[in-house]
Amino acid sequence: MSSYSDADLLEARLAAPPRPGRWLSSAITLLLAAMLVHTLLTNQRFQWGVVGQYFTSPSVMDGLELTLWLTAATMASGFALGVIVAYVRLWGSPIPRSSAFGFVWLIRSVPVLAQLLFWYELASLYPKLSFGIPFGPSFGTTDTAHLFSGELAAFVTLTLDVAAFSSEIVRGGILSVDRGQSEAAQALGLGRFRTFRRIVLPQAMPAIVPASGNLLIGTLKSTSLVSVIAVVDLLYAVQLIYNANFEVIPLLLVATLWYIILTTVLSIGQYYVERYYSRGTRGVAAVKGVDLT
Amino acid sequence: MTQNDASPLLRIRGLRKSFGSHTVLHGIDLDIQRGSVTVILGPSGSGKSTLLRCINHLEKPDAGFVELDGEIIGYRPVTTSQGKVRRLQELRSREITRQRARIGMVFQQFNLFPHLTVLENLVEAPVALGQASRQEAAARARELLERVGLGGREGAYPKQLSGGQQQRVAIARALALQPDLLLFDEPTSALDPELVGEVLRVIKDLALSGMSMIVVTHEIGFAREVADNVAFIDGGRVLESGRPEDVLNSAAHERTRAFLDAVL
Repeated sequence: MSSYSDADLLEARLAAPPRPGRWLSSAITLLLAAMLVHTLLTNQRFQWGVVGQYFTSPSVMDGLELTLWLTAATMASGFALGVIVAYVRLWGSPIPRSSAFGFVWLIRSVPVLAQLLFWYELASLYPKLSFGIPFGPSFGTTDTAHLFSGELAAFVTLTLDVAAFSSEIVRGGILSVDRGQSEAAQALGLGRFRTFRRIVLPQAMPAIVPASGNLLIGTLKSTSLVSVIAVVDLLYAVQLIYNANFEVIPLLLVATLWYIILTTVLSIGQYYVERYYSRGTRGVAAVKGVDLT
Repeated sequence: MTQNDASPLLRIRGLRKSFGSHTVLHGIDLDIQRGSVTVILGPSGSGKSTLLRCINHLEKPDAGFVELDGEIIGYRPVTTSQGKVRRLQELRSREITRQRARIGMVFQQFNLFPHLTVLENLVEAPVALGQASRQEAAARARELLERVGLGGREGAYPKQLSGGQQQRVAIARALALQPDLLLFDEPTSALDPELVGEVLRVIKDLALSGMSMIVVTHEIGFAREVADNVAFIDGGRVLESGRPEDVLNSAAHERTRAFLDAVL
């Protein structure tokens, strides 16, 4: 028995232990934040006036538009392809399965920039493209130089890149789903594809979404590589402007701010998508009064 | 082809299965009569679960066959011109899917779909197989939930239910396809002791309604009370099979008696 009276102990307030480190780190963080704001506002060389002037200028808007559609198009087609590759790697017959593995291995091994240049320079490797029976007669021939414009090369490269990386994300998500789930679905007479689409994939989504958000944001920024093949995206648009007027820093800030805005919007979207796919487990938290998120 | 009522609903002959060098089933022969309850007893690792999983072709046997109502599960006999069976050709997954719909299965770990509500868990398969429209399947699902004592819980997600309730939903889900045979793989082994009774009651009610079923369980009391037939499996062989009072009270094999002594 302790030397205090039970009544005293029962009435005493329950207090957290003192945390001096927390106060110190908060103070340092605030100080650094204040210094950052101060320099952004007082350093004249940021030239916020120039930033404002070009922020919504027509050429920047055109570049932004290209960045947006290239990101959206490559993510959509790349992810669709990635799901198929993941499916084949998990459940395909031996030869398609090793092809899928080889595809992922090759695409992941080659830098995106190098792939981009390969597709763009395809004409120098294969000047003509024939349609016909392999090793047999040809029905028609076209010049590849006309086929692969800069934008198409960018689209193909990024689609393949997204496909390779998303297939690994999807495969990882699927492997995280309990085997009993697909067994139960099969025992209920659900076909293989329906089991995948209705039972396994939705349960894999909580594991797939955060990594895919990462991939999406990475792809958004990878689109800036297309400037090397003279496709005018957001970054190349500001480069063209500062090559003419030498206002390098403010124009880089224009592009940076747009990338930050887009990434912020995508992160918010990701939060809601994650919430949607946690249904079924979120309910438990509500019932037990625990917040799992 | 549908056989007459006197023939067994399910015939298992010479069923063998190995995983690598480890032989799990050493040639199982078993008949299941229409409307009967067969309880399978045996120590863990004796091949009981593998046997159940071979019955609906979740596991492919190495030899032997399972025949439901005269139809071989998972294979099509290919005959010579003299009518002699030359080989058993594995069916396409679509046909296996159709056969599985006739055999309901209830798992130890329930395996409800956690992202679907209770009602959606029951509606999914009948709709997928084109047995019913969504409305018809939902109406039937509500009846089944009523029958397992879970009327009104159709909007809940599985994780919001107790283990016993989840297992009763799983039983209702297996019934939603109106199967000819139900397989229970240790349906109460994952449950807290106080929840076992409610699940066994539901299974017993089903048995009384004339459902044909195979139950793998360690609940000897349930076997004694409900089973028409008890089979004891050890080391991948059926050591004995017969009426519950015979197998449970006067087992022929020393191994069976030792097992019963240990679990009782």
